[in-house]
Amino acid sequence: MAAVFDLNDDSVVVIIGTGAGGGVLANELAQKGVNVVALEAGGRYLPEDYVNDEWESFGQLAWTDPRTTSGDWRVARDFSGLPAWIVKAVGGTTTHWAGASLRFQDHEWKAATSYGPVQGANLLDWPIDAAEMAPWYDKAEEKLGVTRTGGREGLPGSNNYLVFEKGARALGYTEVHTGRMAINSAWNDDRMACQQTGFCFQGCKWGAKWSSAYTDIPRGEETGHLEVRERAHVARILHNDEGRVTGVEYFDKDGALQMQKARIVCVAGNSFESPRLLLNSASAMFPDGLANSSGQVGRNYMRHMTGSVYGIFDKPVRMWRGTTMAGIIQDEARHDPSRGFVGGYEMETLSLGIPFMAAFLDPGGWGREFTSALDAYENMAGMWLVGEDMPQETNRVTLNHAVTDQWGLPVANVHFSDHPNDVAMRAHAYGRGQAVYEAVGATRTLPTPPYPSTHNLGTNRMSEHARDGVVNRWGQTHDIPNLFVSDGSQFTTGAAENPTLTIVALAIRQADHIAREMSARNI
Amino acid sequence: MTPNASHRGLTRRQLLSRATAAGASFVVGTGFVAAPDAAWAAETSHLEPRVFATLVQMARDIYPHDRIADAHYVIAVRGYDTPEAAPAITAGIAALDAAAQGRGFGSYLDTGWERDRVDLLRGMEESAFFQQIRGGLVTGLYNQKEVWPVFGYEGESYSLGGYIDRGFNDIAWL
Repeated sequence: MAAVFDLNDDSVVVIIGTGAGGGVLANELAQKGVNVVALEAGGRYLPEDYVNDEWESFGQLAWTDPRTTSGDWRVARDFSGLPAWIVKAVGGTTTHWAGASLRFQDHEWKAATSYGPVQGANLLDWPIDAAEMAPWYDKAEEKLGVTRTGGREGLPGSNNYLVFEKGARALGYTEVHTGRMAINSAWNDDRMACQQTGFCFQGCKWGAKWSSAYTDIPRGEETGHLEVRERAHVARILHNDEGRVTGVEYFDKDGALQMQKARIVCVAGNSFESPRLLLNSASAMFPDGLANSSGQVGRNYMRHMTGSVYGIFDKPVRMWRGTTMAGIIQDEARHDPSRGFVGGYEMETLSLGIPFMAAFLDPGGWGREFTSALDAYENMAGMWLVGEDMPQETNRVTLNHAVTDQWGLPVANVHFSDHPNDVAMRAHAYGRGQAVYEAVGATRTLPTPPYPSTHNLGTNRMSEHARDGVVNRWGQTHDIPNLFVSDGSQFTTGAAENPTLTIVALAIRQADHIAREMSARNI
Repeated sequence: MTPNASHRGLTRRQLLSRATAAGASFVVGTGFVAAPDAAWAAETSHLEPRVFATLVQMARDIYPHDRIADAHYVIAVRGYDTPEAAPAITAGIAALDAAAQGRGFGSYLDTGWERDRVDLLRGMEESAFFQQIRGGLVTGLYNQKEVWPVFGYEGESYSLGGYIDRGFNDIAWL
């Protein structure tokens, strides 16, 4: 049963956030007998609580605490208070994610070397590589039950996939299938198979999609070594005169300020909240925020090059029926600078319901150009484009002292502008996506702008040298040995792939390291 | 489990628009509005009937769906019939009518073709009033479950067991 630890217990590992990074890390440590207090800002929702209604689910799960935006990205204009569509709940954004589980390509671990100098890009090689990560990816795929790995069958193709696949084949693409998905194609790991219900983004009511909310979290709790405190919003990480972290201050579910002591603190609040917390923890000893001697905390924010293409046909498709993202074309994921950009992109099936299609198809759009597209909704197929974007020092999360949240804390301002490489890649991807549907007879195609970000990366990046980044090869901050970063903010570069599998693999590996270092009394 | 409202933060409407609460409950009051063709009728308490009728037409002109009945546009904008919202709505509609008169029409409603009204709306596209109405409609109109069938959208399917045996891969024309 779930443990209960005392606020003054300074032997525990405190983990902030319970998503793909924090939730997995919490369970992996608990399985090894390490005592963990996981502080989660959101509440606990399970499959029976999820709502298959887009706006109602958004109200239940989305992180809608205030944030501000700047930069020339269109999200800053159309959704100025909502730079990201991520989740505030036990399980974090693993409730919302679509399940696409792809390994980085080998060359993507070494982006600076692979791509060479790119003007305006703050590229850096990861201090780890494909060979080192391979066994951790194996463990991550097993944990998530990823289809097309470990002998697991692929998911069956939905109508949306069948249109996409036929167009892809007509263009000569060969790496086309229903994806490597953390969604069961058959009973696996005490969870049932996908029932082709749609609403993958709203939390899987069947539990067929992996989420830490109903796998790693309860399993960690069963060990007696994990306590999850819900609706606990961490305000500040505390440290002593030796520059070691000693605990965290958080607002509990009743709004009371509490202090939990800790032997180790791991930050896993996604790429806005994690740097925000380090910056909000500034002190006399660390005036620029914790772990920020490099000045890189909050910088190099990446959100993937994204966009969508919808195709309209003369006959029905009914794209909303079935698994949302079980379809992929990987032929464009390679690095091939002859296309006019470095890095590559994936093309993945996607659908939205009518309420979200109205909000996201062309934000601000109106009139018959807009409504005639919605009128053709039943005959629409959809895909999402996701590729590697360039890290830029000026794309960053900073504290906005003019705006505070419900706890009186300065909010995160998210500044983002596309790099020319991102723009060139998006233009190419739109063209190829439109060609896929035109090859199947689309009568109209709609190159749709990026949505509020779900892939938020890079704001506490991993680096070999302390001067270049925030954390080392283990996610341990260069400056403070008992402070770790455990989420996607540690990504050195973003690669083309959906990031969750890599976040999980890094978390499993980090748990191994932390437990070993604790046993050795190094931390 | 019920989410704690105090932890919800911004509502979807605050995110998408600065609209007042479109879709709030309708209070029956003094004004009675009927469309010229009597296709719909509604009672208003705080907006002049003609102002409300113009607002409904404006809503349709922003998001015209010929297969969606006026009643759904009425539902989408009737939340503006409040003491708080009515003055700004009345002023906005007055500006729209003035623009129409500047083009030689008697009023916004006194236009024969949609294109004439769209031209008038384009002229005020950047105004707070237009953006308030447009932003509110994104949820006020498209989040009405009753209009989803017009688009073929089936909504939730969990209660029916998903589509695994109900046509997730039934496409026959490829």
